[in-house]
Amino acid sequence: MSQYLFFLLSALTIISALYVVFSKNPMYSVLSLIVCFFTIAGHYILLNAQFLAIVHIIVYAGAIMVLFLFVVMLLNLNKETEPHKSKWIKVAAVITSGMLFLVLIASLRTADIGTFKLPEYNSIGYIQNVGSKLFTDFLLPFEVSTILFMSAMIGAVLLAKKEK
Amino acid sequence: MKEIALNSVPHNWYLLLSTLLFCIGIMGVLFRRNAIIIMMCIELMLNSVNLLLVSFSAYSGNTDGQVFVFFIMVVAAAEVAVGLALLISVYRNLASTDIDILSKLKW
Repeated sequence: MSQYLFFLLSALTIISALYVVFSKNPMYSVLSLIVCFFTIAGHYILLNAQFLAIVHIIVYAGAIMVLFLFVVMLLNLNKETEPHKSKWIKVAAVITSGMLFLVLIASLRTADIGTFKLPEYNSIGYIQNVGSKLFTDFLLPFEVSTILFMSAMIGAVLLAKKEK
Repeated sequence: MKEIALNSVPHNWYLLLSTLLFCIGIMGVLFRRNAIIIMMCIELMLNSVNLLLVSFSAYSGNTDGQVFVFFIMVVAAAEVAVGLALLISVYRNLASTDIDILSKLKW
């Protein structure tokens, strides 16, 4: 059962990721990236990481993709204004990434990553466990990330402001 | 609490899936000229790494990987906010998001 779910979600993820790259219209790219993020959240649920699945949907589909959607609409990008590279650069891009894929797969085939098996009962992805880890062992990085967010927010406002 | 036990999915499949997603992201960065699509493909690559970290965390029974994913999400959100602000100010000056126009820093 879970194998079929894994295959279904993986197929959806890969098809929507490819559509992000190959779609002519930037709007369709954004929408298929949202589909891709939802399927990745499905993968997190299959891996029993419920907290991360919810946070992933809230942060990515709820905040980041809305930002992308706003910018695409604001800049009025559509099929006609979309710039295109020459054919040879596209072929070179596909060949380059395919070769990287081959190299990574070939190295993963012989790599010794240990024989992990998913335990029968694992509750490590629950909000209680992740939260207690976050507020004990990772408290300092958690506080530092708030400073990062603050500076990113100020920087974004400063950069997007109209110059006088 | 009842579990959705997943013993039937080998860990290698997750490695394969996230490798494939990462390569699709790299292909998008090389393939497109629109800067917004390039940023979306960077998000795709970050997500493939997130998926890999979560799968390793779940299969090895250690929570640390999921906390790292949380921090990667934080950094990605900050990166997108700053990047899109930069893009808007570039568009205001050049009326385009084509990265081939932005080649002045090469000289």
